[in-house]
Amino acid sequence: MDILFRRTRHLERQIDEYLDLVVQGGLVFKQGMRYYLAGRYDEFEERLARLDRIESKADELRRGVENELYTHTLIPESRGDVLGLLESSDKVLNQAAFNLKEYSIERPAIPESLRPLFLELVDAAIAAQEAMVLAVRAYFRNPAAVRDHVTKTLFNETESDRAGERFRREVFAMDLELSHKAQMRHFALRVDSVADLAEDVCDRLAIAVIKRSL
Amino acid sequence: MISLFLLSGLFLGWSLGANDAANVIGTAVGTRMLRFRTAALIVSLFVILGAVISGAGASGTLGRLGAVDALAGSFTVALAAAVTVTWMTRARLPVSVSQAIVGAIVGWNLFTGVPTDFNVLGRILATWVFCPVLAALLAVLLFLPARALLERLRIHLLELDATTRALLILAAAFGAYSLGANNIANVMGVFVSASAMPNLTLWGLPSLDSTRQLFLLGALAIAVGVFTYSRRTIGTVGARLTRLTPMTALIVVVAQSLVLFLFASEGLERWLVTRGLPTLPLVPVSSSHAVVGAIIGIGLAKGARGVNMRVLGRIAQGWVATPVAAALLSWAALFFMQNVFELRVVTPQRYEVTPAVLEHLASRGVVIPEVEALSGSTFTSAASFRRALPATGVFRREPRMFAVMNAAEVHVTRIDSLWLPARLDTSRFGAGALAAIKRLHGESFRHRWQLNEALAAQSEAWRPATGWGHQALNKELNRMREDVQRTFAEPADSP
Repeated sequence: MDILFRRTRHLERQIDEYLDLVVQGGLVFKQGMRYYLAGRYDEFEERLARLDRIESKADELRRGVENELYTHTLIPESRGDVLGLLESSDKVLNQAAFNLKEYSIERPAIPESLRPLFLELVDAAIAAQEAMVLAVRAYFRNPAAVRDHVTKTLFNETESDRAGERFRREVFAMDLELSHKAQMRHFALRVDSVADLAEDVCDRLAIAVIKRSL
Repeated sequence: MISLFLLSGLFLGWSLGANDAANVIGTAVGTRMLRFRTAALIVSLFVILGAVISGAGASGTLGRLGAVDALAGSFTVALAAAVTVTWMTRARLPVSVSQAIVGAIVGWNLFTGVPTDFNVLGRILATWVFCPVLAALLAVLLFLPARALLERLRIHLLELDATTRALLILAAAFGAYSLGANNIANVMGVFVSASAMPNLTLWGLPSLDSTRQLFLLGALAIAVGVFTYSRRTIGTVGARLTRLTPMTALIVVVAQSLVLFLFASEGLERWLVTRGLPTLPLVPVSSSHAVVGAIIGIGLAKGARGVNMRVLGRIAQGWVATPVAAALLSWAALFFMQNVFELRVVTPQRYEVTPAVLEHLASRGVVIPEVEALSGSTFTSAASFRRALPATGVFRREPRMFAVMNAAEVHVTRIDSLWLPARLDTSRFGAGALAAIKRLHGESFRHRWQLNEALAAQSEAWRPATGWGHQALNKELNRMREDVQRTFAEPADSP
């Protein structure tokens, strides 16, 4: 049995580690945003650096897994689906890292009154990402549970949309420079896109899990 | 000469390899779980083992359907079946080698006038319906618990993949073994009555008798078919009928292999008989039928949405067309062989209608004035005897014809118990059965049934069994009778 599963177990661990990194990435993003809004820029920059490391480590792991799946022709029927899932969940992580970097570069000034709403948006987007990772994990071990996690992801994605829309409406109702308003809108949409990308992963999952069912 | 005539059997073996191996490994290779070369190697090896070790079980049935007794006849019958299979395969119709060979044998019976045993034919036709139904049932019985178990165990996709792959290799080996055991009779069965080769001993292995040598040759031809052509036929049935996951592919192979195994296993038959349970007839069944049955079984268990009904209809057409086409082709080819190439496709057989024969028929409830009118006549072939009997009334019914012709068939035997140890494998006979033969020392019989009756009068061991499991016991009795008839046979013109 050990010989049969040696390679498999190694790959399983790699996939699990990769998904751990995606979750960690989301949490680091959330912390980074809190430090940014609180004006604790040093800690924010430290989070940004950490997210960068997480992102490159995740890329490395993902490539390794993909490589091994192809060279040993494992899971031939579901390989396309698995690679699609890994790559699209990587995009979620990349988007989070990219966002944080833009804050570091542009340093947008988010009005004090809108900060709670902005945090609400960030929380919803990252909650969507976390639920998405649970859904991907369930795909490998317990396809029946995928549906629950997908539902949770979609719920959080809608919440993030709603919070994003409210944020933009309030920004444009304020007495600010149009350029400032436009920058606020850009950053709100950026955060929301993390949840949108998580939704894309779940759309793929919904199909993949049907194919996996016996 | 034998090797030339065997060519058509090898051709049939090749087409079986090309066609039926795809049923065993098609789903595994089609879902890319096994590489073609790996799968082909496993299948070739186990087909050969199955054919040589357990091939004898199903071949007896074909022999009883029509004992094709001249090499040119066997050649033509096998050729007709092989051409039918190749032709249908090229036309992309799923085809069964079993059906083709049965059709071709019936074609030989029709051409030569040798009566068809409707009992045996009926049993074979019944398995064509029963075999896919049984495969479907087994597939469902495997599928439902497997699904429930997998949902409970929550095995990781990758581990499931590795397990499935390992099981597919085992299933392919088992499937190939069963295919060899069950279907070698299709390939070489028609040559068994017509050829005799000396025993062969290779590298100190147990010696191979004539039949096993034939089976080995046939199995090698199947292996060649697997390597050269089966790649093209893989996945045609499975993939078009419904979508299979690796796990369902595995279930399909296992269900199909079990069916082939059940219809070929003499061991299982004995086991069932000794426990007083009903047995399955040992008939060459079609792996194509079994695969289609298993796939449909899974489709139904999933809710019947996934089964492509149009493809199913086409498959059903093929099942009707194959035996009919093979029978017609066989008939036409035999006509050519006999009349154009002047080859003997049937061994001449004498028939005599004597008072003893009429009495024997009457004792079995067959009283026919037209036959009584022929009292005292002899015929030199099945065809001429058949022509003498009016093709109206009761004679339109083949079972009656079969009874009359069987009774009138001349098969002279003269019991000489001095030959017993030298010519007969006495280990297969009980003490009572052997004593009965010895008591008949010096007696002669003109018909098979006379010898059978004389033996039955001597010992309980020679009387047909009744009750539970009698079919298998009587099959063994028939084999013993055939052994004795062959051992003490004399030319028909001796007094």
